[in-house]
Amino acid sequence: MKQIKKKILFGEYVSGVGLKKALSKKPDEVVEEVKKSGLRGRGGAGFPTGLKWEFALKEKGDEKYVICNADEGEPGTFKDRKLLMEQPEKVIEGLTIAGYAIGAKQGYIYLRGEYIYILPTLEKTIEQLKKENLLGKNILDSGFDFDIEIRLGAGAYVCGEEFALIESMNGYRGEPRNKPPFPTQKGFRDKPTVVNNVETLCFIPYILSKGAEWFKSFGTEGSTGTKLFSISGDIEHPGVYELELGVTLNEVLELVGARNPKAVQVGGASGICVAKKDFDKPISFQGLPPGGSIIVFGENRDMLKVLKNFLEFFVEESCGQCTPCREGNYRLLEGVEMLEKGECSVRYVRELLTLCDVMKTSSKCGLGQTSPNCFLSILENFKDEIIYR
Amino acid sequence: MASIDICSKQELTTILERFKPQRDNLLPILNEINKKFGYISPVAMMEIAEYLDIPVAEIHGVISFYHFLSTEKKGKYIIRLCKTISCEMAGKEKIARMLEKELGIKFGETTSDGMFSLEYTNCIGMCDHGPAMLVNEKVYAKLTPEKVIEIVDELKKRGQL
Ligand code: SF4
Ligand code: FES
Repeated sequence: MKQIKKKILFGEYVSGVGLKKALSKKPDEVVEEVKKSGLRGRGGAGFPTGLKWEFALKEKGDEKYVICNADEGEPGTFKDRKLLMEQPEKVIEGLTIAGYAIGAKQGYIYLRGEYIYILPTLEKTIEQLKKENLLGKNILDSGFDFDIEIRLGAGAYVCGEEFALIESMNGYRGEPRNKPPFPTQKGFRDKPTVVNNVETLCFIPYILSKGAEWFKSFGTEGSTGTKLFSISGDIEHPGVYELELGVTLNEVLELVGARNPKAVQVGGASGICVAKKDFDKPISFQGLPPGGSIIVFGENRDMLKVLKNFLEFFVEESCGQCTPCREGNYRLLEGVEMLEKGECSVRYVRELLTLCDVMKTSSKCGLGQTSPNCFLSILENFKDEIIYR
Repeated sequence: MASIDICSKQELTTILERFKPQRDNLLPILNEINKKFGYISPVAMMEIAEYLDIPVAEIHGVISFYHFLSTEKKGKYIIRLCKTISCEMAGKEKIARMLEKELGIKFGETTSDGMFSLEYTNCIGMCDHGPAMLVNEKVYAKLTPEKVIEIVDELKKRGQL
């Protein structure tokens, strides 16, 4: 098998090297380097990180914030748990560099309530880095001050969406809001704010210390770098894998010891379900969704049950603000329950498929826009199993 | 009853005073109070409302938004079993039945001695080690029915101390 397990995040790392390099540059030069690297957000949406930083850097005013989104809640995702537990200094270094780049003196880590047991590790690391002068006042004698506070979530999947996360931090219901304004214009405390995923931030020290060109030697042209994949389900070796973007699903399945896979959910509940005929496709921003969650279903799994589990998830986690999402997910789940009982006509299935389109185009945030994907892809790939059961 | 309210009022004030009276401190305050008392009582809501100068109804709205915040008293130990797909495939159902049997309650209920609440939760990021559950702030993974018995026994022992 060709070498697909290339390492960046699971490779060598010396704390503070990237930060030191960043501080020797001007903030706009740091932003430029990140832009050149082609790094795109690792939380799922894939927005170019450098561009986001540039927007925030260009905003006037000296009160700005950077937030590390540690609200990992996509079903089947656990890579951020591993990073936060095992490489907290990398997360914090990335956040500190982000702060320097956009002109923020205060950073936050928004940690999901479910991960509260990681809190002591993070607090200890923050203390340690302060002792080493890599955080706090006058970092490495550069004149740059930067501090980090941890905020805890309280169990709400939708808060992983950056607008919802900011609303939550501002002390409101964590409901996504209309854009613009974008968080880079009006975010935490209504100030320019950058929100970056845990994994995204972990790449930053490397990009600064080894350079954008080096980073680009990993992955493909439109999907640079490596990516962490959380892989679970019917496989021999569940866990977190670092692989180059552009890797094919087949290569992944071989690596993890998939047992007779008939379907794979790529990108979590909000991703898509892929059947055998598409296992040779690459995972990248241009291919299968690179959100990082991969769940493998063996030959004997009932795909209707799988679909039901996903839809129950969305019904519970929809914030209920907009009708297509609140009602739509409920209707889809009801449809699945009818299918289970053999009471769903093909005509009604067609109606539900139209409903999916409405949800995708008229929901306010990513949750409602992507939740029909599991319904659409499972129905398309497993028609026999589901409609004619 | 009254005396309980008075003493908890002091504790409330102690918690509140640790935070600046700013709206963006609402969630941290709610988290602290929820942790301390196991729920957020009407009295607590009124105190927070006054401290942050926000209508009580709005505070109620925020609390109801989050799965982990509660307006009703929960057990000393809140057990949250993951019911999302990877844990489901790893055998969550057996664990669920065993928990119900050992605790003598159904999901969504609290034991009459106030010791345990049993709930489901969505993916808690332990999908590589499922089935998994949270007990208050601790995570338990790779559960088996035997492990469940051990854990519950241990918690019962600790709870009596
Ligand atoms: S799409 Fe769903 S989760 Fe998003 S804002 Fe609308 S109701 Fe809320
Ligand atoms: S599915 Fe149970 S922890 Fe992720």
